[in-house]
Amino acid sequence: MEGRFFLTTLNEILSWGRKYSLFQYPFVTACCGMEYMAAACAHFDIDRFGAGWTRFSPRQADMLLVVGTVTQKLAPVLKTVYDQMTEPKWVIAFGTCAVSGGIYDNYAVVQGIDQIIPVDVYIPGCPPRPETVLDGLIKLQEKIKNQEQEWRWKRRKF
Amino acid sequence: MPTRIEREARPESLLINMGPSHPAMHGTIRIMLELDGEKILNSEVEIGYLHRGFEKMCENRTYFNLLPYTDRLNYVSPLINNLGYVMTVEKMLGIEVPRRAQLIRVLMSELSRISDHLTCLAAMAMECGAFTVFLYKIKAREFIWDVIEWTTGARMTTSYIRIGGVRADLHPDYRPALEKAITETRQVLKDVHGLLDKNKIFLNRTRDIAVIKPEEAINFGWTGPCLRSTGVYYDVRKAHPYLVYNELDFEVPLGERGDNYDRYMVRMLEMEQSLRIIEQVMAQLPASPPEIMADGLEPYEAIKQARRQRPEKPIKLSPNLEGAEKHRYPEILCSDRRYVPPPKEEVYTTIEGLISHFKFFMKGHGIRPPKGEVYFAVEGGNGELGFYIVSDGTDKPYRLHLRAPCFHIVSALEFLIKGHMVADVIPTFGSLNMIGGELDR
Amino acid sequence: MEMEETEILAKLKNKFPQQVKETFISLGMEVAVIDKEALFEVMSFLKEKPQDYAMLLDLTCVDYLGEEPRFEMVYHLFSLSSNRKLRIKARVSEKEPRIASLTPLWRNANWLEREVYDLFGIEFVGHPDLRRIFMYDGFEGHPLRKDYPLRLRQPRIKFRK
Repeated sequence: MEGRFFLTTLNEILSWGRKYSLFQYPFVTACCGMEYMAAACAHFDIDRFGAGWTRFSPRQADMLLVVGTVTQKLAPVLKTVYDQMTEPKWVIAFGTCAVSGGIYDNYAVVQGIDQIIPVDVYIPGCPPRPETVLDGLIKLQEKIKNQEQEWRWKRRKF
Repeated sequence: MPTRIEREARPESLLINMGPSHPAMHGTIRIMLELDGEKILNSEVEIGYLHRGFEKMCENRTYFNLLPYTDRLNYVSPLINNLGYVMTVEKMLGIEVPRRAQLIRVLMSELSRISDHLTCLAAMAMECGAFTVFLYKIKAREFIWDVIEWTTGARMTTSYIRIGGVRADLHPDYRPALEKAITETRQVLKDVHGLLDKNKIFLNRTRDIAVIKPEEAINFGWTGPCLRSTGVYYDVRKAHPYLVYNELDFEVPLGERGDNYDRYMVRMLEMEQSLRIIEQVMAQLPASPPEIMADGLEPYEAIKQARRQRPEKPIKLSPNLEGAEKHRYPEILCSDRRYVPPPKEEVYTTIEGLISHFKFFMKGHGIRPPKGEVYFAVEGGNGELGFYIVSDGTDKPYRLHLRAPCFHIVSALEFLIKGHMVADVIPTFGSLNMIGGELDR
Repeated sequence: MEMEETEILAKLKNKFPQQVKETFISLGMEVAVIDKEALFEVMSFLKEKPQDYAMLLDLTCVDYLGEEPRFEMVYHLFSLSSNRKLRIKARVSEKEPRIASLTPLWRNANWLEREVYDLFGIEFVGHPDLRRIFMYDGFEGHPLRKDYPLRLRQPRIKFRK
């Protein structure tokens, strides 16, 4: 019991650090990419929330933004990219096509990326307005704050 | 099954894969390169990672229902795809669109064309390292999207241009917003000309790289700004004019050498010409019809009050139904009642209006063109955007095929980058303006 | 004006009397229906000067399920010097889905024919590298045929739920 206060404060400090410095890997495929670009630029700045820097390599990123439609041909590539990312990692499904296949219910489109990888935040919209994107990002930050953070010393104890 | 390049590669060369998910934000395409040091010996382009089955979906939707699918083809200039599809169907039906609707269509399609060129060059410049140019151009694009949003309701995928005309009239206060967009775009273009035109680094990366001769470009089926950069004068707006383009005064910039720098320059000059067209159209558009009574009442109450007046007063319905009032019809939608939804006053009050509304949207009735086929092309952001529709008399198209301009342009990529260095692939690919939605349909 | 527009169709009929089955004008565009065996000769004739149809705009296929022959190949040609478009159609049957490839004449026919092969299953004789272009290896069937159901998915990896 003596470590309780210490552990929760450490948890909070760690989650504060992690949520305000998210390195994103934008997996951009389709039309939502335009709204992603608009959200990242001057009018609706995503950099104010600490998530500005895009790391163009999965091994250096901790947030995977799947933007746009994922087709059957692209599904193994998405799984490989997700597996290449290091812990801790979060996934945002951006746009209706990533959330559930969107208006394309046919032979070529995966009906939602949660059939392939686990998803943390779903941002609907076709394409979503940049304000919706920022709202989704804030929800992800809240989720990170309330999560149990993984760190090595804790695991070694057991 | 090994790909072609794996079969043909020499054992001492290096095979590199620029995979489907790469940071040059163009979408998903896979370029495999066979290298000797840094020089490219052979390459192979693999597409199809965004094949969403557009043509097959269209065979299962009625002519009216498939408008949103056309938005998402060339998603940087969505109103032009809408326009191409709608004009093809109108050609098949043989209907005439009122003049105000034609002017609004020209205005919207030129705004989309500017937004297309801005995005293409912004991405190309960002990959060469000029991040400021990217931010400036996206800022200008936001002003243009504001104008589009005020009128159509959505920033990007709008479904605004409908069969028979447009969905709603321009916003009453559109003029100040449009003038602001024009001045901001001109300022941004001036800044970017100053930043990139004589910049030694940009010139070294784009001058005399990926040169293509006019005969080869025609053989590859290129159209649009990429073809005009080689010196061939072909613009669908001048060769087969549609809408009111034959009355407007604009030039078509041509390049000389067909390299990356010319493709960049042709797009910059075309944006200036599009701004000229927009100013001419703005001068020709009379002010919106005068203000209307019964703001704030329920639609049924408003219609009843309007009918009590002699003569019947035009009313304004709630914002969702904007554009569907009877007095708007002669100006923004054609008057042939078979092909457009009936005005909302009639739908809400008379039984004939309700029945015709029901029959228009119901599957099996609605727009049924005569049997036959048609091909029509408009000038898209990348070139000649053509639609080929085969109709069998029912309310769904039997076959709809899109002539995507990017498909032909990207098929020449393997030819263009042969013999150059790896780093030349990036500005070349950026200047070709590949849009995944159009390429893979 | 009428005579000028149908000049090319009259020329085609004179040069290839048996192979050109019918010619007509449909909604402002000249159309010629030809025999599939004569495709390469007709296209080479159209590409030379003075007809000078230098650009192959489009190459596609329509599936008429129930009719025999089943498929119809549609070619759109464009001449820059005389600013005219032309549509050529040729029927291909299902039992022998083969037709000559136009790759030696126009280089964009390479990818266009790969697309038709992928989506419809028609083989092009003389194509240097006939493979699927939109769908992936391991996909069975040809999606745009009328008897392929819209929602038949063939996933590449195992799904989670």
